[in-house]
Parts: sequence; structure tokens; C-alpha cells
Amino acid sequence: MMDMKRVIQKAITDYCRSEKWAVFAVIALLVLAWCGTVCASGDPGHGELLVGGGEVHGTAPHGIPGGGEQDELAHGEHHGDVGHEGGLWTYQKLNTRQELPFYLLLIPFLPLASFIFTILFGKRLGEKHAHWVPIAAVLTSFVCALIALKEVMNGNRINCDLYTLISSGSLNVSVGFLLDELTAVMLIVVTSISSLVHIYSVGYMHGDGGYYRFFSFLSLFTFSMLMLVTGNNFIQLFFGWEAVGLSSYLLIGFWFNKTSAADAGKKAFIVNRFGDFGFALGVILIFLLFGTLHYEPVFSQATKMVGQSYTLLGMTFDMPTLVALLLFCGAVGKSAQIPLHVWLPDAMEGPTPVSALIHAATMVTAGVFLVARCNPIFGLSQFALDVVTVVGAVTCLFAATIALVQTDIKRVVAYSTVSQLAYMFIGCGVGAYGAGIFHLFTHAYFKALLFLGCGSVIHAMSDEQDVKYMGGLKKYLPVTYWTMLLASLSISGVPGLAGFFSKDEILAMSYASTSGAGKFAWAIGTLVACMTAFYSFRLFFLTFHGKFRGTEEQRKHLHESPRNMTIPLCLLAFGAVASGWVGIPAALGGGAHWSHFLQPVVGHPAVHLSHATEWKLMCLSVGVGLFGIAAAYVMYVLKPGVPVRIAATFSLAYRWLYNKYYVDELYFATIVQPTINIGRKVLVKVTDGIMIEGIVNGIPKSIGVISGQLRRMQTGRVHHYLAYMASGAFIILFWMLKR
Amino acid sequence: MDFPLLSILIFFPVLGGLLLLPISKEKAGVIRGVALLISGIEMLIALPLWFNFDKTTHLMQFVERKSWIPAWNVEYYLGVDGISVLFVLLSTLVTVLCVLVSWTAIETKVKEFFVSLLVLEGAMIGVFCALDFFLFYILWEAMLIPMFLIIGVWGGPNRVYAAVKFFLYTLVGSLLMLVGIITLYFKGGHTFDILALASQSYPLKMQMVLFWAFFAAFAVKVPMWPVHTWLPDAHTEAPAAGSVVLAAILIKMGAYGFLRFSMPICPDAAKAMMVPMIVLSLIGIVYGAVICLAQTDLKRLIAYSSVSHMGYVTLGIFAMNTQSMEGGILQMINHGIVTGALFLSIGIIYERTHTRVIADYGGMASHMPIMAALFLLFTMAAVGLPGTNGFIGEFMILLGGFVARSWAGVVAATGVIIGAGYMLWLYQRVFFNPVNEKVVGLPDLNNRELATLLPMVALILWVGLYPNAMLSYMHVSVAHLLEQVTGNPVGTGDAVGSLAALVGQAGEVISAGGLH
Repeated sequence: MMDMKRVIQKAITDYCRSEKWAVFAVIALLVLAWCGTVCASGDPGHGELLVGGGEVHGTAPHGIPGGGEQDELAHGEHHGDVGHEGGLWTYQKLNTRQELPFYLLLIPFLPLASFIFTILFGKRLGEKHAHWVPIAAVLTSFVCALIALKEVMNGNRINCDLYTLISSGSLNVSVGFLLDELTAVMLIVVTSISSLVHIYSVGYMHGDGGYYRFFSFLSLFTFSMLMLVTGNNFIQLFFGWEAVGLSSYLLIGFWFNKTSAADAGKKAFIVNRFGDFGFALGVILIFLLFGTLHYEPVFSQATKMVGQSYTLLGMTFDMPTLVALLLFCGAVGKSAQIPLHVWLPDAMEGPTPVSALIHAATMVTAGVFLVARCNPIFGLSQFALDVVTVVGAVTCLFAATIALVQTDIKRVVAYSTVSQLAYMFIGCGVGAYGAGIFHLFTHAYFKALLFLGCGSVIHAMSDEQDVKYMGGLKKYLPVTYWTMLLASLSISGVPGLAGFFSKDEILAMSYASTSGAGKFAWAIGTLVACMTAFYSFRLFFLTFHGKFRGTEEQRKHLHESPRNMTIPLCLLAFGAVASGWVGIPAALGGGAHWSHFLQPVVGHPAVHLSHATEWKLMCLSVGVGLFGIAAAYVMYVLKPGVPVRIAATFSLAYRWLYNKYYVDELYFATIVQPTINIGRKVLVKVTDGIMIEGIVNGIPKSIGVISGQLRRMQTGRVHHYLAYMASGAFIILFWMLKR
Repeated sequence: MDFPLLSILIFFPVLGGLLLLPISKEKAGVIRGVALLISGIEMLIALPLWFNFDKTTHLMQFVERKSWIPAWNVEYYLGVDGISVLFVLLSTLVTVLCVLVSWTAIETKVKEFFVSLLVLEGAMIGVFCALDFFLFYILWEAMLIPMFLIIGVWGGPNRVYAAVKFFLYTLVGSLLMLVGIITLYFKGGHTFDILALASQSYPLKMQMVLFWAFFAAFAVKVPMWPVHTWLPDAHTEAPAAGSVVLAAILIKMGAYGFLRFSMPICPDAAKAMMVPMIVLSLIGIVYGAVICLAQTDLKRLIAYSSVSHMGYVTLGIFAMNTQSMEGGILQMINHGIVTGALFLSIGIIYERTHTRVIADYGGMASHMPIMAALFLLFTMAAVGLPGTNGFIGEFMILLGGFVARSWAGVVAATGVIIGAGYMLWLYQRVFFNPVNEKVVGLPDLNNRELATLLPMVALILWVGLYPNAMLSYMHVSVAHLLEQVTGNPVGTGDAVGSLAALVGQAGEVISAGGLH
């Protein structure tokens, strides 16, 4: 038996060690990709054959509700009255297909396969090979995502169930996929950044003991995120939602022997659970109201909620407002908005590629995705939208002010992320979901670039993260320097770069908004644009300019990162520059392709801004951005003494900001500690220990004592109890029978 | 069905246990092997229950009916329906795993241990199959004895206290149940036939008395707050196998009792007591979860988490709609799988470290990575991560609870937050954090231990990704039960309506605001 096992093990190991398997894997993936392409090209002969026959076609037992009726199926329909600005783009009736092309299944399931493979065999493969399968899988997913994008651009959509997950009474939940414009955009963001981060990690995680574990978790994350964005119902969304939470937990706590890392992972999970609490209730309420959890019938009937009210916990709410706000709870948690923002900065305990992928570019934007996806619900409640806007605006300012003074390079970028996510929520809150998603798209590239650049710096600095010990790194890290510069310019909103277009779109939309919250958000947004430029360049100058302030030991080790890290940086830099070009507004002579592309899903606010006003707004935001950069240049390059003096003068404010407004401490003192104390001091000792135990044990004990006194019988106690309980029981019995 | 499958399932392990007796106690290896063989064969014998079960009828299946004591109309009456069949199957699987986990952990009186375990298995299966009250009561009490021995003989240092406490709590409850049974016998036409008794209707007052008499037995068993305090002691002191059987099967019998007896026999009382029962469940959920945060003992923590999880089960049962009840039954199975797996894991770890104090652990993931990975999956299933079985049950119960009383859904959902808190904190303190020197050099799982845990892993993912495999067994039986309880025809027990329908009857569905 044992010999047999050993032989088999050896065979597997040898096979894995020899390069053959890699060749096979690549060939297999290419074949799969080819199959996908064939399916996508719509060749019916091949398509039918490759889709896997009846399994995929036939097992969706209950078709999409309302299926077959094109009118109901096209998302865009109920936006008809909202949208259609300018008539630059003629609205096409979109075809919704109810079959699952193979390539669409490959997108999430290849990373899943890669996760399973790598977690099982990665250790045997060792550092030399463990990354190949994950990289190949995610790259193939990327190719398939491109096919999906092409499919959508051709005017096709897919909405199809794979199998029924739960059926219980009228509850029918399936695993199913929806491919539309919004999904396609998210697919591109997730797979492209994930691919680059995978490649980057080969260099960054080099020499780490958990190398294979890292790659398997990255794949798990990619799978979860792709499930999140491709689902066609709320349960699959929730599945992805929680699964990205799990991957995030695992990756934040990747170096689990560090207490701070383990704490941070746990904190992220639990804080998110607070948001999920509302989210889950929202989902339940949706089911209660609509009798289904599929997007399609829910969204097409959403308008029926208008004017209804719902009573929960004795309070009466406007129905759409309640549903929207419950869902928004989830978004607040996942996207780290006030008051649930506390986990994201701590999440920086994870390896830097993780921060780039999960905690900047993809997972944290899931909240924005949720709001945009559920826009037919949010759109029904001005109050809910105002809440989204105000939460966004407040978070935006709050996080930006903290970022002004932090010295940990990753924390600055983390707070910057919180602030930028808030911009996206402002966009969604004023009804410009397209603008919010646009910022999500451009932000993904420049923020991933910032983080990976930081990673490159940290790598060079032998794991030093404090800018106090950096400076003058420009000449040691030229590629990192130039790419980081582009990213910083992009986030600061310098014209022509990606961040400029998306941020200005949001600011213009919020300015044009008729609600007070929108105007408020515009004012805050413009102010924060200045702060953003300032803290980004503060970080940039402190890191790359001036004199090196680290130890001699660190200086000796300074080096540019290897090719597999710098190439992803360059590719991301291209994204940070060019990703905005798909949405150049009409005021600048562009085609505003972005908003037209997304319009069928998310609509377009019916606002009118003259080109002149748009120009003025742009000039203003560019102006404050440039001012921020100039201020940072003066304070951190020309006169480095100034910041210290300012900090000393306003020491109270400085400490307040440096300690992040003491929110963590507040939560610990008001929520964490009291709960644990109730457990320890009240429940264990008093309730369980004295009251319940006392009463329950007291009764037989007193019987025992009395009987002992009366009869002086000192036999076993169990006997006593039994005798008395039995007689008691019989008394009760007689009483009951007599009645 | 002519083939007496259920009788064989009940008596095969008992006889198998007796078969162990003549083996010399020096041959511990043989005893273990035979015990494993018997429990394994038992599991195979049970398979027809899975494959030949007719999911389209609520009638009892695999029925065996013989007159036993004609003078009192006592029958030997067995049968399973969609509610009980899965528990029979789960019992057979859990026993196999218990044999495996006790392989080296039980060193003294090996023979007696396995005899107890096998007899216990027979009695447990009997409880789930019995359709005659007299038979049921005998098996219910018979089950206590081997469990009492397992805790009292092979338990930890404080085992005698825990065993006696377990015994007394359960016995007090079951004596009241006996009173209820005898009352029912005289008022219900001198029969112990459970189905016949359930098909009659009794005056509300009598239903109330019966309901509370049954409640005493079942609530202790579940255990519901505030009669839960025997559970932490029993779990903590019991050997691994004892904890597993206790968590996976024994405490399910309380909830099973509600489903099989309380609700069909006293439907009006059950409906009248709906809100108090929901409130007790909610207290259990939150109380159990908060008290977990204060635990310093591994097994005690998991034991209290059972109080919280079983709160979900009773919430699901007493919310009385299709989703909640199916969710409740599924959650009973889930809890058996997940908590069973957690206790198996803790047993495996305890065998290496001989300490249950959480502070004695730390950084184990570096030394036992496979254990860490599996334990993580169990943890995630316990906190209800989608993709694991825990989510399906919890979601359906929350949904059904919300439908019944919206505040119940809201309060129960807070348990999900605290649940993540204590489980992840536990996981961190055991597997993450700097390495505690006490865990340095511990070997990772061996093949036997892996074989003990992998079935649970498979079940967690299977139910998590394809819960219909289990739910499909319940549909008809649950619909029938709901019809018995609510008096509405099949299909309308499902309180979920469309928006339009809800708007019409808004007052009715959402009137119950405010917490009691």
C-alpha cells in the first residue's frame, strides 16, 4: 500500500518538476481560449458543440422570469425616460441571449481551477514554477474578458442561469451569469489588473516562504471578484462579496505570525460584516418584496416600490429608500466609507501587490459597483442618493485630510484610496453612475500603479515603509520614479491624463446636480482635488527628491526592481495615462464614448451643462490641483523646514489628523470593549454563573438537602434526585389526568 | 418495504457492539478495527435510505409495524420521512468519524468505549425512526446511558460533575415529556401511535400543557436559553468522540422533537407560543455569541457557539414558513457537520497538546498547515460564508425569520456579526499570531486524521454549493408539516409574496413591529 502511494507521489512530483506539465498547461489553456473565441465568434456549428451540450443549455430549470420578451429583458428600457442626452449615440435595442458561452464560464472558473491546483500542488512545484498556472489562468481570463467586451460592443448581452442553488417554496436562487456593459467594464478592470499584479508578484514575493500560497490566494481572489461582477442575482453577488472578503482576510493576514497582520485581517472581515448585516437584510427585503432575487425581474419591477412604505422595527420608511440604504450599508463596508472605513488602512499589513489589487483597484470598488448595478433601486429615492452623496463627500474630505500628514508610504496611498472611492460614490450619488464607474476604471490603473510603485520602493528599501527614512530615490529607481510621477499627475487631475477626465466628469455632474447634496459634494470635491494633488506630491517628493535619510545599510541595497516588476509598472503607467481617453467629454471635443457605452445600464442624469460652464469647472479643478502640486513642491523641496513648523504651530490639529481622528480608539472603547466585557463580566459570571446555574442547580440541591435532613439518608445523590423527580412527575401526571 | 432496513440499522451496531465483548482487551487494535468495520458497514447499509427514498410523498417510508405490548397498544413502529431520513444518514457517518478520531485518543477501556459508542449509535438511529411514543421514550432514555458513560468514564478531569449534570438536566426534561406522553395516551384514544395522535385535535388548554411538557424535554436537549448550561460542561469534559456525537446528533434530537411532536400534536399551542419561542431563540443566538467572546477554553467556546447556532435552528422552526423551516432542518444538519468537524479537529489537536486553553496556542498554521487550512474552512462554514453549507441554512432562516417577524430577522442577523468576531478571534489565537513554543514541532495531520476530516470538508462544500441535494428530501414533508401546523393547504405556508400582494396585505405582514 505505502509503496504504491510513494510511487504515485513520486510520479506526480517528477511530472510536476519536469517542465512538461507547463507546456501541457499552456497548450490546454490555449485550446480553451480558442474554444472561447470560436464560441464568441458566434459560429453556430462549433458553438453548439463546444458549449457543452445540454448541461449548460438545458439545466436552467426555470428560465429567466419574463424570459423571451425582449422588451422586459433589455435593461435599458426603463431608463428610457431618464437618459438620452444630446442624441450623439443612437440607442440600439440590445439582444439578450439566454445561453452561456464557454468563454464566459472560463473567466471566473479558470482562476478557481488555478486556485485549487496551486493550493494542492504549489508546494511541490516550488518557487520556480508555482506561479505559472495562476498567471496563465488569469491571462486567459483576460483574453476571455476582451472577447466578452467585444460581444457587448456588438450589442449582445447574456443573462443565463447555470444551475439552481436553492429552491425552497417560492425561493429560487441560481448560479447564473449576466454580461452587460457594466459587467464587461468590470471584467476588464479585474482581469487586466489581476494579470499585472500576478506578474509583478513573481518578483515581489521572491524568496517568501508562502510563495505558492500567495499565488493560490491571488487566484482565489480573482475568482471571487469575477463571480461578484458576473452574477445575475443578488445571492451570487453576495457570494462574491463574501468570498472576496475571505481572500482579503487571507491576504491581509498573509504574514500571519505577525500579530498586527493577523489583527488587521480579522478587523477587515468583521468590520465588513457590519456592512453585510445591512446588505443581507436588504437582499432579504428585496426577496420579500419581489419574490425573486434575480436582477432582471427585480430591476424591471423596481418602480412599483415608489410611494410605498415599509415598517421595520416600529419605524416607517419609504420603501425604495429603505431597500437602497440597506444595500448601501454593504457598499459602505466594502468600499471603506465612513463610518466603516477603519479596516482599509490596517489592510496595508498585507503584501503590497495585494494592496494594489484588492485594496485599491478591485475589491474595494465593489461597493461602487453595487450602487451602480442597483441604480434602478437607488434612482427611486432622492433621499438615498443624497445619503450616498453626503457619505461620499464627507469621507472624501475626511480621508484626504488624514492622508496629508501620514508618513507610512502605504497608508498615505490607502487614505488616498478611501478618498478616491468617495469620489466614485459622489458620482453615483448625483445619479451619474457612469461617471462613478469611469473613475473606478481610471482609478484602478493609476492607484494600482501607485501601490505597485510603492511596492517597488519598499522592495528597494529593504521593507522600510516610512517616508521619513527615504528621499533622493530618483536616481536609484528611475523606472519607478517616472511611472510614479505619471500616476501622481494622473491622480492630481493634470489635463490629458486619466484621472483628469474621470474626476472632472464627477465634479461637473455634481455641480450640475439639482440637489443640495450634489452642490455640497462639488465644493468638497474641488477642495479635496487640491488636497489630493498636495498629498500625492508630498509623498512623491519625500520619496524621490531631496537627500536619502535612511541607514547606510539600506543605501547599499538600493536597486531598481527586476524586469518582472517594472514591466507591469510601465503597462499600468500606460493605463494611468490613456484609460481616460475613452471618455473625453464633448466639451473637449471628445465623443464621451464612456457614458454612451454604459448608458443602457446605468442611464445618464438629465442635466444640462453648457460647454462654457464645463470649461470653467475644469479650469477650477485643474487650477486647484496645480496649486496643490506647487504647494507640495515649495514645502517639501524648496523649503523643507516649513512642514515641521506648521505641524508645531497647529500641533493639536496635527496630532488629531496623525491619529486618524482617533476613530479606532473610539470604536474600541464604545463597541469592542463593552461587548467583550458584557461577555466576560455579565454573561459568564452573573447570568450563566449565578442566575441560571444557581436556580437550576439550586432546586435539586435544596431538595437533596431537605430530604437529607429529613430522612438522614446519605446514599448517592443521583438516586435522591431521581426519586424526587419521579415522584414530582407523577404528582403532575395525576394532576393533568384529573383535569 | 419488506426488508426491515430500519431495524437492521438500529440493531446491527448494538449487536456489533456485543460482538466486541468477547475480544480480549489486550487486542486494542482488533477492537478498533472491528468497531470501524461495523460502523462502516452500518453506513453502507444506510445508503438505500438515500437512494431509494421517495421524495414525492410525505408518508412514512421504510415502515415496519408490529404489535409489541398489545395490552397497552404499544407497537414496534418504525419509519422515516423527509425530516428524519437525513439524520439517520448523518448518524451513521458521524459514528464512523468518531471511531476514527478515537483511534489513539482512547487508551483505557478501549473495548467498553467502542461498545458504548456503537450502542449509542443504534439508540440514536432508533430515536429518529421511532413512530411509537413508548418505543421513542425507551430509546430516548436508552441513549442517555452510553452518553453518560462516555462523558463520565473517558472525559476530562471534571468529567463526573459534567456527566451527572448532563444526565440530570436531560432526565428532568424527559420525565416531563413522559408525563405528557401518558396524558396523551389517555386523552388520545389509548394509543402510542405518533402519527395517529398527531392527526387528532385537542383542546387548546391541553395542547398548552403538552407543549410545555414536551418543551421541557426538547429545549434542554437543543439546548435553548436558559437551560443550556449543561452543554458547555458536557462538551468540555467529554472526549472528542463524545463531543462530536453530542454536537452532531444528540442535540439535534431536541429540534427534531419540536418538529415531530410539539408542532404536529399541539399546533395551536405552537402557534400561540410562536413569539415567546422566537424570543428565546434570539436570546440564545445573541447570548451564545457574546458569551463566546469571553471564553478561554477551546471546547467551551465551540460549545457556546452551539447555543448560538441552535438558536438559529429553533428560530427557523418556530418562524413556521417554508424557507425558515427547511433552513432550520438544513441548519441542523449543517451544524452537525460543522460543529462536528470543529470538535473532531479540536480532538486531533488536543491529542497533541493536551491543553484546551486558547492561550496555550498560537502560530499553529506554521506547524500544521493542513490542519490550519481545514480548520479555516470549518471556521468559515461556522460563520456562514457563502459557498459553505453554513450560509445556506443561515440565509434561509434569516429570510424566513424576517418574513415571520421582521425584528426577528434583524436581531438574528446581528448574530452573524458577533459570530464572525468570536470565530475569527479564536482562529487567530490558535493558528495565527507569533508561534507559541508549546506548538513547535507538532506533526501535521496523518492519513487517518485526514480521512476523519475530509468527509466533513466534502459535505460542507457539497451542501454549500448544491443544497438542493438535501433540501429536495425535505420539501414535501415540510409542506405537510406546515399544513398540519398552520392549517393552510400545501403551498401557502410560504409567506413570501410579490410586491403587489404585499402592498395589499401590508398591515398583516408587517404589523409586528417592536421588540418584545
